[in-house]
Formats: sequence, structure tokens, C-alpha cells
Amino acid sequence: MMATDNIAYEEMIKGIWRDNPVFVQVLGMCPMLAVTNSAINAVVMGVATFFVLVGSSFLVSAFKQWIPKQVRISLYIIIIATFVTVVDYSLLAMLPAIHKELGAFIPLIVANCMILGRQEAFASKNTVKFAVMDAVGMSAGFMIALFSLGAVREILGVGALFGFDLFGPDFEPWVIMILPPGGFLTLGLLLLFFNWMTEKRKQFLIQLAEVDNETIKVKANG
Amino acid sequence: MDNLIWIFISTLLVNNFVLAYFLGLCPFLGVSGQLATSFRLGLATTFVLFITALCAWILNTYVLIYAPYLRLISFIVVIASTVQFIEMSIKKLSPALFKSLGIFLPLITTNCAILGLAIFATNRGYGLLEGLTFALGAGAGFTLAMVLMAGIREETEITDVPVLIRGTAFNLIIAGILSMAFMGFAGLFSST
Repeated sequence: MMATDNIAYEEMIKGIWRDNPVFVQVLGMCPMLAVTNSAINAVVMGVATFFVLVGSSFLVSAFKQWIPKQVRISLYIIIIATFVTVVDYSLLAMLPAIHKELGAFIPLIVANCMILGRQEAFASKNTVKFAVMDAVGMSAGFMIALFSLGAVREILGVGALFGFDLFGPDFEPWVIMILPPGGFLTLGLLLLFFNWMTEKRKQFLIQLAEVDNETIKVKANG
Repeated sequence: MDNLIWIFISTLLVNNFVLAYFLGLCPFLGVSGQLATSFRLGLATTFVLFITALCAWILNTYVLIYAPYLRLISFIVVIASTVQFIEMSIKKLSPALFKSLGIFLPLITTNCAILGLAIFATNRGYGLLEGLTFALGAGAGFTLAMVLMAGIREETEITDVPVLIRGTAFNLIIAGILSMAFMGFAGLFSST
């Protein structure tokens, strides 16, 4: 019992850093760049994706025995599209202002290759519990990526975060950051930073291993 | 007529699908390694976009007025199956054409530019003619962006780029600069 709990936890955690859908797998780029011109839009998009991914992973893994192999992709897409329609109409009712700003990009969650990818690669092969854990982790990782991109762009482009002014009236906003080129540039630089961190960590681990080897040698000789 | 030209130029340059709306990024970043392939992919996408605009208009006018909440699902199902059908008929009728364009067709259907076009055209209330022009503009814009990107990437292949930045990060930064260049076209319409 303990062991399966640990494995399930592992599945959840991996989506946040090691297999982060955006920084490592580079999936789901279009919603990623299009809606992250402010932190609040990014968070709403993240929550919407969370709901869709967890819901469709649950359904797909629960009904996997009854899904014929030949038409599975079409069925996944229909399941995803159903959840997206639910999200679309709920947002329209609850947060009409943000729904208007996100506009066509809420229905476009369907075309987010990360969601379909998880159904095909994970949910269709695992039990409900694991599939949901994996979906929670992946969407948390996606949300973190969305938020960091949205926050950077809003701070530099408007000088505010969640609409609160950060730098006072003397700050000259970098308008380019909230325009489309800013999205490409910020994501490019964030990926660069992520690569650099991974590289650093790898080198650190190699060094650690070398030190260990030396101590073993010293012990063996001594 | 003026209106149609306006729609075409605006989707081609000012509101370029890839560089301003971030639609169709997967092929833009993934398949843009070679100039010739990018161009053919662009043509195939334009073709699918055209079909999409037609399907979206038919659905919107005759079916979805009765059940607007089925919009998303019916768009996906109808577009995917129409493209599949066309792919099969091209394979049967013209193997040469299939070899150069057809292999891309199933890939393109899952591209967000396709669904994006249908949704944007609906949200803006375009008629049939406007929708088709919109599709042609979007396709031409996509092809233009793909070809530019592939050209730049072919050149950077032979330059000495630091290992750390190679890959997606580098492509995104190139795309950012391209997108900045395209922003210059925004001035085209300010006087009208």
C-alpha cells in the first residue's frame, strides 16, 4: 500500500519539474504564448487546462477497456472537446471579462497537444488513480510555466503584477513584452534558463559522483 | 471587394496567424528545418484551411443555429473527416500530388491553426466569401512565416551557435525577432 502511494506521488511530482510539459517536452505552445500577456489570464488559462486534463484523463482511464483501438484518437478528442465546452460556458457565466479577453483561445485548448499526448501516452494505459495523479502533476507543471511567463511579461511590460503597480510612476514599461514578440522572446529566454539549470545540475551530480569514487578509493587503499 | 482585400492583407501580414496569434506553432517550430518541406507544408495547410472555412460556414449556417453548444465538437469531427476523405481521394486520383502534399494532410488536421481559423471566422461573423478570403490569407501568411523561418534556420545550421542555446530556445528567439519585424506592418492600416 505504501509503495503504490509513493509511486503515485512520483507520477504527480514528475510533471512539475523533470518532465515539465512546457520546458522539457515543449508541448502546448499556442495557449502558452497567446494568453500570457498578463498574470491573471495565465492563471485562468492554467485552471481551465487543469480541469480539462484531469477530467479527460479520468474518463479515458476509466473507460479504456471499451475504447476500440482504431478510433481511440477521435474518441479522446471528443472527450476533450466536451470538457472544453463545459469550461468555455462556465467561464462565460462566471468571469465574462476574462472570457472575453481570452476569446478564441479557450476553445483552442482542444488543440493543445499536451492534453491529447497525456491521453495517448499515459491515461489509456494506466489505472484511474495513476492517470489522475499524472494529470494533476502535468497540469500543475503547465500552470507553473504559464504563470512564470505571464508574470515576467506583465512585470516588464506593464510594471505590475495581477494589476497591482510595482515600480511607481517613473517606470517606463517595455511595451514589446505584452505584444506577440515579447511572448516568443520571453519563452526562448526561459527555456535557455531551464537548459542552463539542468546542465548545472548534471555537472554537479557528476562532480558528486567523482568525489564519491575518490572516497571509495581512499577507503579501499587505506 | 475592398473589404476582402483588407481581410487578405491583414491576415497575411498584420495579424499573421503564426507570428501574431501563435497558431500553428508546432509545425512552425518542428518542421521548419528545410526550405522545400516548409513550402510544401505551407501549401498543404492553405488547402486544409480553405476546406475548413467552407465546412465552418456550412455548419454555422445550416446546423449550429439549432445547437450552438455543439460548435466545438462538430467543427473538429467534420473538419477531420472531410480532410480524411479528401486525402483518400487524392491518393486515388493523383499519386504524384499525394506524394508531395498528401502525406502532410493527417498531420495538419490536429494543427491549432485549423480550429483557430474556424473559431475566429465564427466569432467575427464572416460570410462565405469573407471566410474563404480569410482562409487564403491565413494560409499564405503561414506559408510565408514557415519559409522565412526555414530560410533563417538553414543559414544558422552552419554558424557556430553555443550548445546550450541550440534547439527550441534558439528557434523561439528567431521567431521573436521575426514577429517584431512583422509588427512593422501594423502601420499599413493606421491611415485608413
